[in-house]
Amino acid sequence: MSVLTGKELRIVGFLCNWCSYGGADTAGVGRFVQPTDLRIIRVPCSGRIDPLFIVKALLNGADGVLVSGCHPRDCHYSQGNFYARRRLEVLKHFLPVLGIDPARFEYTWVSASEAQRWQKVVSSFTERIHKLGPASRLENTALPDGLEKRFAAIASGELPSDGKAATRLEELKDRIHEFLPDLDIVIGWQRGFDALHNTPLFMRSAEDLEKLVWGPLNIHNTATYLPSLRGKKVGVVVKGCDSRSVVELLQEKLVDRENIVVFGMPCSGIVDLSKIDRALRERGTGIGRVQAAECGEKGVTIKAGGQEYRFAMEEVAADKCFHCEYPNAVLADHLIGNASPSSSNGKISRQLAAFDAMSLQERMAYWRSQMDRCIRCHACRNACPLCVCKDHCIAQSRDPHWISQEDTITEKLMFQVVHAVHTAGRCTECGECERACPMDIPILAMKRQMNRAIRELFEYKAGTDPEAVPPLLAFQAEEKNIHEGVL
Amino acid sequence: MTGAKFLSKEKLLDWLAELGQTRRVFMPVEEGGKIVFRPCTNGDTPALVRDASASPKGVVFPSSAELFRYTKTKARGGKSSMELKPGTEFEPALIFGTRPCGARGFTIFDRVYTGGKFNDPYYRAARENTLIVTLACEGPENTCFCNWVGSGPDDPTGSDVLATPVEGGFVLESVSERGEALLESPLLQPAEARTAEADSVKSRARAELPPARDISAAPQSIRALFDNQKFWDEVSSKCLSCGACTYLCPTCYCFTITDEDHGDSGKRLRSWDNCMSYQFSLEASGHNPRPTKAHRLRNRVGHKFSYYPQLHEGLLACCGCGRCIRSCPVSMDIREIVLDAIDRVQAKNCEVVHE
Repeated sequence: MSVLTGKELRIVGFLCNWCSYGGADTAGVGRFVQPTDLRIIRVPCSGRIDPLFIVKALLNGADGVLVSGCHPRDCHYSQGNFYARRRLEVLKHFLPVLGIDPARFEYTWVSASEAQRWQKVVSSFTERIHKLGPASRLENTALPDGLEKRFAAIASGELPSDGKAATRLEELKDRIHEFLPDLDIVIGWQRGFDALHNTPLFMRSAEDLEKLVWGPLNIHNTATYLPSLRGKKVGVVVKGCDSRSVVELLQEKLVDRENIVVFGMPCSGIVDLSKIDRALRERGTGIGRVQAAECGEKGVTIKAGGQEYRFAMEEVAADKCFHCEYPNAVLADHLIGNASPSSSNGKISRQLAAFDAMSLQERMAYWRSQMDRCIRCHACRNACPLCVCKDHCIAQSRDPHWISQEDTITEKLMFQVVHAVHTAGRCTECGECERACPMDIPILAMKRQMNRAIRELFEYKAGTDPEAVPPLLAFQAEEKNIHEGVL
Repeated sequence: MTGAKFLSKEKLLDWLAELGQTRRVFMPVEEGGKIVFRPCTNGDTPALVRDASASPKGVVFPSSAELFRYTKTKARGGKSSMELKPGTEFEPALIFGTRPCGARGFTIFDRVYTGGKFNDPYYRAARENTLIVTLACEGPENTCFCNWVGSGPDDPTGSDVLATPVEGGFVLESVSERGEALLESPLLQPAEARTAEADSVKSRARAELPPARDISAAPQSIRALFDNQKFWDEVSSKCLSCGACTYLCPTCYCFTITDEDHGDSGKRLRSWDNCMSYQFSLEASGHNPRPTKAHRLRNRVGHKFSYYPQLHEGLLACCGCGRCIRSCPVSMDIREIVLDAIDRVQAKNCEVVHE
């Protein structure tokens, strides 16, 4: 119909071979009049549909994507559509963070005999897309003025606290000293190339132990190294957030409980070096010129260019530390004291709040401006404790060819979507992806949005219970918070 | 030879605009707290207070460059033919505001792409059509070690013009013949007494750099440790094996070639590759001669401080800019690895002598 009344739009349909594809066929055989905008791709089951198919289509020029499978409880493979329902619903909640209208994507159920229903589904979805008009393309969006400023808002709130932080290190060293002989390696932190840069430390002897340091400069997630050390006896010193990654790894059987000894340190927040750099630049110097630094629970004192600067922890703490609910290790063999968590009033992060305040168009423009400087180094992926495919990541695979070598913004953004989708329901928001980015691209926002969806839909928080089943590896025949069937 | 010229701060943008009439001008600009090289557009001010986060190499050697396009056509009877179209031609460019280390990086490229028996037409076209106006450094950052590799805060190697910041502007000195032509602009005035000020800025910057460590033993030390897996395992423990160091490095010149198909047409691309990635050395058979990050880090450090100097009269494939240290997510320090290698070999040699 639309082809008769106006310009055709590009709509991609993924249809299950066992039901909707047959339904569409039945509709055709029955001469039901249908719009011609839909390009159908036949798949063996709605469970085969990777949410990335949909994003790839939408980022590369589709104006709408329709998925149609068998009715719940009617799957040819008995459960495929149950899993699909969860994934697709999560994706619908995720799309807005990219600046894509979630109405451009829909999933529905049509059986092989429901020709009339298929006609209704395809007509109403096509009509919907025509109302929305052609989708705006990432490359063509222009950044409105002042958008950067909206992100300049400073995170605020309460930080966790640990009154005894100063004496913790000796206690920790004693404990590690005791267990080191039975372990191949213990992972902690040591001072790096200057007073503000600590670096991960791999302790193999008592001599190494002397290098161990503790404080807000221990910004790295030590759990990242665990999967690559599988088979060795490894001790790992963790902050609260790091311990959630350990839990997640255990949950997914990516590390073995019997080979890991967890030393849990109470954390009172870590610094964000980018914030310190920004603050120093405003004062006419920079993080590269720091001569000395004193860093404690209350803040940082920095000597640079002969001047002394003092910053309160609230000014330089990492955003994730505000409203931190888990300053203590969720799982530990040795808990070195207890920090008091900050009051978390269910506040959303500064970053998400800034996104929520933007229009879809602005969000897309924002990503365009940010992803432009991505150098595709994959530091985000390699620093991620849950990206365990690393050497075999689909981002570098030629077959299937998910991401090309063209350095377009679309390709770069697509990789970030891959990361967010592959860690959906697993990500503990440790923030390593964003921290590791040498270009300071705010990619954690995507994972935050994903986690918000997971929380709302499945009342689940990753990395808190080693026995829990991640929500995208499970389903319920009747989903409490999913209400599909709008078409 | 024309004497040094003075460019006042107020006239900087005018001068860049004037240069922009004949070529694309790239300069460092701030984006999201980082500094990257971007085409100079009206209204932008260059970020010159510190070295750029990204290196200037992308101007001459883009992260992804189209070599040619192709279209396949199938004729009747099963015969198919291929039509080729050349990729985009390099338009003359000028890089303003790189630091001496960034400019020196290109000389490491030159030896590989145009210096020896191989001549890379794409690189040559880009390099020959790019002028470089370098900004001398006023003081070092903690990650700077240009003096270790035989360079310095006012090293003119690889530049066409060297600009030294002085009160109210810059003193410009030509380094090459092409640079001399740039100094003929009417916007510039003779530097006269300001040359002395520029000299003192330079010598102050040189004095501010901590003394260089002697790494002349690096090539043979690293070679001696080639089979010492334990050493490389240890120094690579904390490495994440990402590509931040290589992609930001002004001297890393490795690339990969891929065909990106879109139906019956496509393009052949040359893009940056990264020796810290597993795929870099993965062979079609599935065998990988550098299966772990220890092997890959050995290659990265070895290439810069041992294999390259062996082939190029001792010249290190490192310009000492410190980007790999500054931007490493886990603060790996390549200086430390090189010194460690030298120490390790020296200690071992001492042991042998004692025995």
